[in-house]
This record gives sequence, C-alpha cells and structure tokens, in this order.
Amino acid sequence: MYVAVKGGEAAIANAHRLLADRRRGDRSLPSITIEQVVEQLGLAVDRVMAEASLYDRALAALAVRQARGDMIEAIFILRAYRTTLPRFGYSEPVDTARMKVERRVSATYKDLPGGQLLGPTFDYTHRLLDPSLIGEDAVDEPALKEPGEHVMRVSDILDGEGLIEGDGQMPEGHVMGDLTREPMEFPMARDLRLQALARGDEGFLLALAYSTQRGYGRTHPFVGEVRIGEVEVELELPELGFAVSLGTVRVTECQMVNQFKGSAKQPPQFTRGYGLVFGQSERKAMSMSLVDRSLRTDEFDEDIVAPAQDQEFVISHADNVQATGFVEHLKLPHYVDFQAELDLVRRMRREYEPAQPGGKNVMKEAAE
Amino acid sequence: MEAVTTEAARTGEDAQIIARRRESMRLLARATLGELSAAWGAIGSKPEVAPVRGPETGLVMVRGRMGGGGAPFNLGEATVSRATVRLATGEVGHGQLLGTDKERARFAAIFDALFQNDAYRAGVEALHEKIAARLDAEDRRKAEETAATRVDFFTMVRGED
Amino acid sequence: MSTQSQIYGGAFAEPVFEAQAVFRTLMDCFARPGTIGRLSTAASPPPPLGEASGAVALTLCDHDTPVWLSPALSKSAAPKWIAFHTGAAVTDTKNEARFAFFEKGAAVPGFDQFGLGSQEYPDRSTTLVVEVEALEGGQPLIGRGPGIKNGIVIAPKGLPDVFLDLWTANRAIFPRGIDLVVTSGETVLCLPRTTKLERE
Repeated sequence: MYVAVKGGEAAIANAHRLLADRRRGDRSLPSITIEQVVEQLGLAVDRVMAEASLYDRALAALAVRQARGDMIEAIFILRAYRTTLPRFGYSEPVDTARMKVERRVSATYKDLPGGQLLGPTFDYTHRLLDPSLIGEDAVDEPALKEPGEHVMRVSDILDGEGLIEGDGQMPEGHVMGDLTREPMEFPMARDLRLQALARGDEGFLLALAYSTQRGYGRTHPFVGEVRIGEVEVELELPELGFAVSLGTVRVTECQMVNQFKGSAKQPPQFTRGYGLVFGQSERKAMSMSLVDRSLRTDEFDEDIVAPAQDQEFVISHADNVQATGFVEHLKLPHYVDFQAELDLVRRMRREYEPAQPGGKNVMKEAAE
Repeated sequence: MEAVTTEAARTGEDAQIIARRRESMRLLARATLGELSAAWGAIGSKPEVAPVRGPETGLVMVRGRMGGGGAPFNLGEATVSRATVRLATGEVGHGQLLGTDKERARFAAIFDALFQNDAYRAGVEALHEKIAARLDAEDRRKAEETAATRVDFFTMVRGED
Repeated sequence: MSTQSQIYGGAFAEPVFEAQAVFRTLMDCFARPGTIGRLSTAASPPPPLGEASGAVALTLCDHDTPVWLSPALSKSAAPKWIAFHTGAAVTDTKNEARFAFFEKGAAVPGFDQFGLGSQEYPDRSTTLVVEVEALEGGQPLIGRGPGIKNGIVIAPKGLPDVFLDLWTANRAIFPRGIDLVVTSGETVLCLPRTTKLERE
C-alpha cells in the first residue's frame, strides 16, 4: 500500500544538488566532454544504446556522463528519453550480409571467404594493467593492408548440404510483434523474444549463456561467426513510395551453430541461435545467440529442464530497467506496510508464546 | 516528355529517376553540417524555402532478420531527424537522417528539393561528389585497417624429418 | 502539382499549440457530451475531408493509430495527407482502425463492423469521426449519462436514419463500443459510448 507523505522537499533538492556536485567531482579537473565519452569510452556507450534499445551515440554518452558511469542508471535515463519522441516508422530489415565488416571471426571454418578478421579485439591481449595509459598516451596509427575479397557469411556457406537449418522463419500469417507497443504475453514468439534479448541485460544473458555451457540446458554450441560492422538503415517514405537510406548503425551479429541429435519432427542436423546487438558487443551477441537457441524448446521437442530454456523466466527478468525499478523501489517509504506487518507479527507472537513451555513475552519491548 | 513512349519505357525512366533520387538522399543523409552549409553558401541566387513539416526528431524502429536472412524482428530504435520543405518554384524536398541534428535534416530536405530543379541540379551533384569522395576515403581506410588484422594461417611442421 | 500541394499543405501552422487547443476542445466535449465545441484552429485538409475532421486527424492520429477512410475519402488526397502529416497508416480493415473518417453525406456502416475493444481492453476500439450538414436543426434527441446534468438535447442534421438504433446497440455492449465525434465546418460534438440517447 502507498500513502502520500509530505515533507522532504528541501532534503530532496539538496540531495540532487549534492549529486550534481559529486558528478562533477574535483572542479580543478577539466569536465569530461560528450565527444570524449563517445570516442574513449565507446563500448560503454554501445552497451547503453543496446540495453536502452535506442541507437544514438551522443545521447548515450550524455546518459553515461549524467549517471556518473552507472550503466543501468544511464540505460534507464536513455530508455525514459525515448518515450518522449514520436515514432516515425519501422525500418527495412538491416542486411548484415552487406555489412561493412570491421571484425569477423569463425570458430568453425579456418579458411572461409573473407578470412578471419580480428579487428579491434581484446582477444589475445594479456589483460595486464597498463601503467603507460596513466596520463597522456601516444598511440601508433593502425597498420594498413589491401582489402581482400567480400566477407561471405558463414550461414551462406553451410547451407549447401542441408545439414544446417535455415535462417529462421515464422509461421505463415504471423504478425511481427513489437514489445514497445503491446504488453508481454507468454508463450512468446521468437521475433518478440529476439527483441527482448537484444535489449536484455548483458550480465544476465551472459550468466544464462554460461549456465547452458555448464549443463543447465546444454546446446553444444560452436561460433559459426561473429561479425561487427556498419549496416545501412533504410526507411520507406509513404509520401514517396520508396525506401531511403538514413545512414548506418554499427551492430554485432553472432551466428551460433548447435549440434542437434534430431527429434520426432526434425532429422539430426545443426540448429542455430542468433544474436544481433547495437554497437560493438560480442559478449552480448554471443550470449544472446546461446539463449535464443536454448529458448527454442518447442521447435525441437526439447524438455524444459533449466532456467535458460524457460522463456517466462528469461524474458521476464532480462530487462534491467524493469528489474532495477522493482528491486530499488523497496527502499522507498513502506512505513504503513511495515507497521501493519509489525502488528501482525506481534499478534502471532502473542498466540505463539503462551503455547511454548515456560513462554514469556520477552520480545515485546525490543520490537517497539 | 516525348509524345510516344511505351508504358514499359516510362516505367524504366521512372525507376531511373527514383534510383537517382534515392542515391542523392543516401548521400545527403551522410553529409556533415559543414558540407551542407558550404554548398548552400555557394549557391548564387537562392530560392525561397518554406517549411512544410519539421524539422523534427523522432524514432525509427530498426529491424533485423533472425539468422541474418530469415523472418524480421524489431532490434531497437534509433533517433531520426527529418524535414520537408517547399521551394518557391514548387519542388517539395524531404530530408531524413539518423541522429538529432535537425539543421542537417533541414539542409538535406532543401538539397533534395534543389535536386529536382534543373537550374540547381548541377550544384547538388557537386555536393554529392564531395560527400561520396569523403565516404569512399573513410570506407577505404577502415577496410584497410581491418584487412591488416586478417590472420594468415601457416601450418607448423611437427616431429623430426 | 495541385495534388502535391493538397498533400503537403493544409496542416497546422503551429503544430504544438494548435494540436493542444484542438485536444482541449475535444476533451471538454467528450467530458460534456452533446455540447458543441468550436475548434479555434482550422486545418485545410484536401476535400472532401472537412476542416474540423482534418483538425481531429492532425491532433489525434499518429503512427500507432491505423485509420479507416470512407470510399470517397480513400479516393481523394486524404490518405496521403493523413499519412504525411500524422504518420498514421490507412487500413482497409475496419476493426483494425483506431479512427474512421466519413465525409458529409457518406454512408455510415453498422458500428459493430469497427473495433469495439475487448472486455479486458475496451479502449482498443475505433473512434468514428463523422461530418454532417449541421450540428443543429436535425431530429432532436435527448442525451443522458456521465457528464450530462439534466439531459441535453442534440439535433445534428445529416446523421443516417438508423443512427439511433446503431447508437442504442452500441450502448448495449458497454464497456465495449465505439466513440463518436460529429463534425460540421469547424464545430464538433462528441458522444462517448457512455451517453444514452432517446427521442425527445
């Protein structure tokens, strides 16, 4: 129960003023600019965009700065901001086959067309803290090399023998859902699940993906391909009757290939899980693809034996804005609630204690 | 237009006009404010421009496809700014681009309108070339940087002999 | 060119303030069913879409509200005008529409062909915007219900003959049902589904 209580205005105003002060920190240091956040904390910006489900680097950087680097707070701020804007429409589906690839690796094929392109990766670094980054750091220009052939998609290579399932279709007549427009309902179709996973909390999805590897709903995964790069966003303009390009967004795509022994409905083959995330985040894209596959239990007649296979569990708890709202609301005044509970416990005590051998009313004072 | 044109020829012509305009809009969406205002400044006798809609910022839901090429799903939204303007000479131009820069959107709309006017088309095409040259250089540079991180596998010979 | 200027012209000059003013008038008229509101702003939509109906479209329609148009409106520049200025898509399916527009004299089909909402979500229904000859001078009807103190007499001129039967049937399925905006020139009269109508 919620009861309006007045008071605290001055305290709140001063708390916000103090927050602004702490956010700014030592005034003798230069204030961090949005451009600096975009350029130098780019992956933080990417995570905020992905989980706020709003692609805008400058606004995401502003949110990071305003939230003092608290990622979920930044995501919350950006998610709230998007509700103030009108919806212009739905884009044409982005074509990741025509991505301007900045990184592409495959764990299943060594010599695939386009090759293994490592791009700007943390892989193979020694994860040693680098004291040379304290203060000004001079960095070498990137090495350059003549670009090679078109970076072909692994899924296009694998298709030939029919040993791997296709890209994934929805049943005939299926109307694509949009989480931002309709309330969630379970069971949820795969298109909606993918939308929910794409904006789901990276840590939560990572943990779930890890759980499948440790045996809680094992999916026998191989990374068919991870690719990062820019794709074109096109919007059909009804007044013109054709689609126009709005620019490009950077996305990370993961094609997970999963061994599958077959079922009554399906022959033995490789099945697939899919991950697509705003920005550069292969941890998130890989986790998403693992969880996407583990949630497809109904398609493969799999028993739901683990949390990562339970769509109600996964989807309902993946959104960190919802989660933080509900968890953090506990700190708001529940004075009346608690008084009622206190009375209830006292009453139960009064009934409980006389029944005990040598029972006394010792707790009464302490509870008050 | 010629008096005698077959239906198919006219459709082909329309398709060409649409393709040119789409390419123009694609480039204008990527133009910097500097490129746009410089090109605007370079126009001698500027036509009068009246706003029709916007400039305004809103959202477009970006879609992906499951598995990369399968059924579509909603990935997440992106900010988009757009504007529609009308020239005193009657042409209506639309500008739309990612981000919250309404001034760029307004300029893009003006140049889309100018592109439809024979008197101004050459100037817009000069702007196209400038934008395209910059984008090509940027893309080329990025592709070369990425190519330098390509793995060259070689096989280690194991054992004696 | 004339079609083009019909499509791109005729919207609010000050979209924020004019839409707010129209919204306020509509809200007041729905709160006091049967009263006649004058829209302080006038859009000039492509004919045969009337001024007040056009202003209602500009104010209430957006990307999330599919719109159904009468056959005559569908053939006019109205679909493109609405699409351009509001972002609303035009639908052929009556019960998918959030709004339905009728020009003066158009045949109005049975209300039950439109979206009536569900028992759980009665709000997911169609609002009909019907232009008539005049909001006064027709067959008088007495309205009663929430927002009406002692009954109010309305007499729109140009509603279909079967209107009272349609409205009574609509009232019977409450909380489901359509809501109605009757327009004429730049005036509006609103009938929410809560209003009961009978002959004087």
